[in-house]
Amino acid sequence: MKAFRISNVHLIDPENQTVNIGNITVKDGLIAVDDASVPTIDGKNKYLAPGIVDVGAKVCEPGERHKESFRSAGVAAAAGGVTTLVTRPDTQPAIDSPETLEFASRRALAACIVNTYQMAALTKGRLGREMTEISFLQDAGAVAFTDCDAVVTDTKVLSRALTYASQLGALVIGHPQDPGLSKGAAATSGKFASLRAIPAVSTMAERLGIERDLAMVEMTNVKYHADQISSELSLPALAQAKQKGLDVTAGVSIHHLTLNEFDVADYRSFFKVKPPLRSEADRQAMVAALASGLIDIISSMHTPQDEESKRLPYEQAASGAVALETLLPAALRLYHAEQLSLPQLFSALSLNPAKRFGLPGGTLAEGAPADLLLFDPDVPFVLDRFKLNSKSKNTPFDGQKMQGIVLATFVAGQKVYER
Amino acid sequence: MQLQHLLGIEFLNPQQINEILDLADHYANKNRTASHNSNALAGCTQVNMFFENSTRTQASFEIAGKRLGASVMNMPMEASSIKKGETLVDTALTLNAMHPDLLVVRHPHSGAVDLLAQKVNCAVVNAGDGRHEHPTQALLDALTIRRSKGRLHRLNIAICGDIAHSRVARSNIILLGKMENRIRLIGPVTLMPSGISEFGAEVYHDMEEGLKDVDVVMMLRLQRERMDGSFIPSEREYYHRYGLDAGKLSYAKPDAIVMHPGPMNRGIEIDGDIADDLSRSVIQEQVEMGVAVRMAIMDILMRNRMQNNKAMNK
Repeated sequence: MKAFRISNVHLIDPENQTVNIGNITVKDGLIAVDDASVPTIDGKNKYLAPGIVDVGAKVCEPGERHKESFRSAGVAAAAGGVTTLVTRPDTQPAIDSPETLEFASRRALAACIVNTYQMAALTKGRLGREMTEISFLQDAGAVAFTDCDAVVTDTKVLSRALTYASQLGALVIGHPQDPGLSKGAAATSGKFASLRAIPAVSTMAERLGIERDLAMVEMTNVKYHADQISSELSLPALAQAKQKGLDVTAGVSIHHLTLNEFDVADYRSFFKVKPPLRSEADRQAMVAALASGLIDIISSMHTPQDEESKRLPYEQAASGAVALETLLPAALRLYHAEQLSLPQLFSALSLNPAKRFGLPGGTLAEGAPADLLLFDPDVPFVLDRFKLNSKSKNTPFDGQKMQGIVLATFVAGQKVYER
Repeated sequence: MQLQHLLGIEFLNPQQINEILDLADHYANKNRTASHNSNALAGCTQVNMFFENSTRTQASFEIAGKRLGASVMNMPMEASSIKKGETLVDTALTLNAMHPDLLVVRHPHSGAVDLLAQKVNCAVVNAGDGRHEHPTQALLDALTIRRSKGRLHRLNIAICGDIAHSRVARSNIILLGKMENRIRLIGPVTLMPSGISEFGAEVYHDMEEGLKDVDVVMMLRLQRERMDGSFIPSEREYYHRYGLDAGKLSYAKPDAIVMHPGPMNRGIEIDGDIADDLSRSVIQEQVEMGVAVRMAIMDILMRNRMQNNKAMNK
């Protein structure tokens, strides 16, 4: 029996919303009853939390392995305290059949040092015309279904896919964005976008998207999660749906929680994400919605892009940012700003995503897998993008002062990262 | 003053604007004489990179450079490696290795010229980037206004038409605002950028109301090629409501001047009779001032560059 114990750490327990000094014992890869007889490591008063469960990260296999592979994504995740990756199907080709899903699972199993689960496309080729083989894909291990940013525009197709998914108890992930209004947009409408003359979209496009999706949820009774809410305008509809008792949750990306449209400054393409960065008022509203529990999950929305895709004029540059390794220190900005407590943060980073996607982990309860993150929230550093483990280095936090470092990451009791 | 590049009016202060205009005024007078050539830019290599088609602006920059004695090269961007998928930054680095002194760049995307300027060692002049800025156009407009009105402050200036898609409008709003003029923006609401109420200009959707007592009427080209949706129902409805004709112009001051950055769409945004009426229209003078302003800018940038080089060699 393999066992170890970490003593004298602040245990962050999102289930009970507590932080207490204590010890944790791991036996056979599971969290066990505290047992002082097993070999003990001194935790030196640092912080221990359930490892991050990151939903919606993109690993570029199959198709664009030069941007990110399962191997590099696993190393980056471990270094960032992410113990479970739930990957997106917007690869090339899209993961829309049991065969492509099995390929990705096999690659993940062979090369990725953290837990990996796959999401599959909702429609074939993410084209919005025919639904995928949802049942087969579930059998192959798909934990959720999404066309990512390719919004299904034909509501007839969507309603059938949602009804079918609902019957199978499948979780569907929506991207609330009206595709017509947001077409070609690279910024949020307003004075800043107009001065920089970047094609922009009103946040009303997101409200249109979420209101449509929620109406479809009400019609079909499907389990629904909105991948990214980024605007204050979207919140009333979400609150109403939750009040009605619809099976609905919502996420927010770390970038929309910690950056705003002005960060784009002089056309810095590393700040181009989808949906575009919003106003400071919207950012504050996202933080408040997270604190109140209206928004459930924080994701990295890790989207690797190579230099070629970003070294272009802002409008032409690809969207997305890598974030596996910056997720924790960026999220800790909200803790240091006294806007969210550590248990609140780890509810959104670990517990809620695990529960919503039906995955083990996200908790320090006995019998749960020992997916753990040991960190020091206070150590300051300046981020150097070239030191990231991701193959792509497109982070908006390059050169920024951050606070909080991962000391060690464990997956099922195995140490996968140590500083 | 130590200008390295001319990327936008945003980065100029009123004093710098006046200095540029003073020098341009000198060149404008000199250009009308027989001895209009000089050697201020002798030994300098000027490369014109137009990623977007342009005849007049490119010709204006070419003549300005040649009058000052620069070696001018026009890069045929249509046939270049950009078409083969090379990124703008790689193109910039390749060019930079050939040590030009001055790049004149026009690009269809906002911010592209800024990006290029970050990657090269030579001076860069923005000849128009997307819908963002067109600084030499705003400067030549300012010089034209100053010469015909005798001043460049406390004037009522109307900018009419497709404000949303116009880099000329953006640069002019910034420049004329910095020089303390009152700016009115006139056009249909679909052609106004978002957040326009925070620009420090008055917005009118009725042309007659907007033109009342203005000193300067600036018309914009209706950028049909830029529109990816339908912003106006038809050209004829646009002409009826926003085309400048004698009737609408009568609301402006009797000595108001009419400007247009060209090329004009007669019968869409401007009536042919107004455009060609030399007592009101200063459109030809704008073209003339264009060469003078570009000479002044390039002269200043090259002088600063030589000073910097000297300072570095010391």
